[in-house]
Amino acid sequence: MTNPLANPNNLNIMGDSGSSETTADNVEPLLDEVGIRRTVTRLAHEIVEGNSGIENLVLVGIQRRGVTIARRIASEIEKFENTPTVGSLDVTMHRDDFDRRGLRGTPLPTVLPELEGHAVILIDDVLFTGRTIRAALDAINDYGRPKHIRLAVLVDRGHRELPIRADIVGKNIPTAREDDVRVLLVEDDGRDAVIVTDRGNDA
Amino acid sequence: MTAKANLDIHAIPEEGTTSSHLPSGRWPHHDMLDLDNCRRPDIEVVLTLADRMREILDRRIPRVPALRGYTIVNLFYEPSTRTRVSFELAGKVLGADIISVSTNTSSVVKGESLIDTVRTLRAMRSDAVVMRHPMAGAPYLAAQHTDASIINAGDGAHAHPTQALLDLYTMHRSIGDIAGKKIVMVGDIAHSRVARSDLWGLTTMGAHVVVCGPPTLLALGMRVSDRPSHAENALPPVTIETNIDQAIEDADVVMALRLQSERQEGGLLPSLHEYATHYQVTAERLARAKPDHLLMHPGPKNEGIEIAADVAGGSHSIIEDQVTNGVAVRMALLYLLSGRIEPEEVTELST
Repeated sequence: MTNPLANPNNLNIMGDSGSSETTADNVEPLLDEVGIRRTVTRLAHEIVEGNSGIENLVLVGIQRRGVTIARRIASEIEKFENTPTVGSLDVTMHRDDFDRRGLRGTPLPTVLPELEGHAVILIDDVLFTGRTIRAALDAINDYGRPKHIRLAVLVDRGHRELPIRADIVGKNIPTAREDDVRVLLVEDDGRDAVIVTDRGNDA
Repeated sequence: MTAKANLDIHAIPEEGTTSSHLPSGRWPHHDMLDLDNCRRPDIEVVLTLADRMREILDRRIPRVPALRGYTIVNLFYEPSTRTRVSFELAGKVLGADIISVSTNTSSVVKGESLIDTVRTLRAMRSDAVVMRHPMAGAPYLAAQHTDASIINAGDGAHAHPTQALLDLYTMHRSIGDIAGKKIVMVGDIAHSRVARSDLWGLTTMGAHVVVCGPPTLLALGMRVSDRPSHAENALPPVTIETNIDQAIEDADVVMALRLQSERQEGGLLPSLHEYATHYQVTAERLARAKPDHLLMHPGPKNEGIEIAADVAGGSHSIIEDQVTNGVAVRMALLYLLSGRIEPEEVTELST
């Protein structure tokens, strides 16, 4: 009765549920493997350009697909610069909406390098309501005071609930609020794809 | 899909499980009274979450809002420093409101019953009550009369599950999986609630547990063959060894227990000196353990009685880790009991 999983609206609000299952094998992906690779390469270049190099740069991925993307971006950057520092951040305990959705999954490790005075690029897979990002900003504050924080996301699907925007966007995808946008990555899900399923038709 | 996966972990209650099973995916415990009804996956979730909590404790500002609006009352009918402070810190780091009630300044001295007290606390919207009581079973009685989560912080000589969880976590952090490891508990088993909860936790995690102490300080019914039929499962099966040198032989972990002089009825020991001569954990005796053994003690220590001062502060001692880990484990437990997180099955324990 109180199981938040029973209500589909509670599911996957941030598109980063930690769940690797999908019923959408037959859905045409909005980005396929090649598309994701190109997008990650572009993100890598934009990040380095915006920072005029990788000095002081720290990539902070939000658990868990944000971390995977941050690692991929780092290895792209490595091809034309030195290796940037990568950290991981789990925001589960900073969320403000546990009473509405329940939180699934055990928090994953947070491993952050020195942030004080550094240029932090926060990285996530899907930007939706902005609540994950708000939680991440709170969490980062507890670790130190970066010179600045910028946000890079693979997919921006709109429907913000907070005054938050991404500085660097891989792909804008117009969606209906109840759509389910998933980023699947080989490291976490066995394949690369960005898929959108209509919650209403999805069993 | 996730719901189904979670269902598989918690759906089948094992024999002897008394906890009520909440909807799938939830941690299946509403109270934490003892570890006798905790299964391995339940404990593994606590250990994994405790790792996350350690990360928070190491931050510049160790404070997260995960339990904002959650109210915890520390209700201690017995003196305690470390357990009470540990719970207070755990609650505060998670952003909960935590209030400590010392019963000698509360209405308890006016004769308010335990049942009335927990009902009153619930009427004030407390979500969890951390309780220490001199009578075994008191937290169980309390749990029947409130829907706040009751956490047993020690009841008589019966149980102290959060200490056992922090012991498990400390071992896990130092040596990883304890399955098959030889864990030796030395000392006053009979009066030790820590020992009882540890026995459940350690055997559930698959450790080979040896208890050692003078026969008068081994719990009544420690030997399965001594138990009446209705109490066959009152304690998990362990190896009993009254000779400390043999007990410590090849041990991975040696845990010295406090000789509870305040609980000694006459006649159990000839003298403290006699006890120290035969059962004190000393460097000489520890030489028989594995070269990389660990030494633990739940505190407070009586140095020179159950444990020699040099080994308590020595290189094998992880006694101070136990204290720090206690905060992390209690944070994990409070977070789980709050129902604000639905843990997934732990597929891999990080070390």
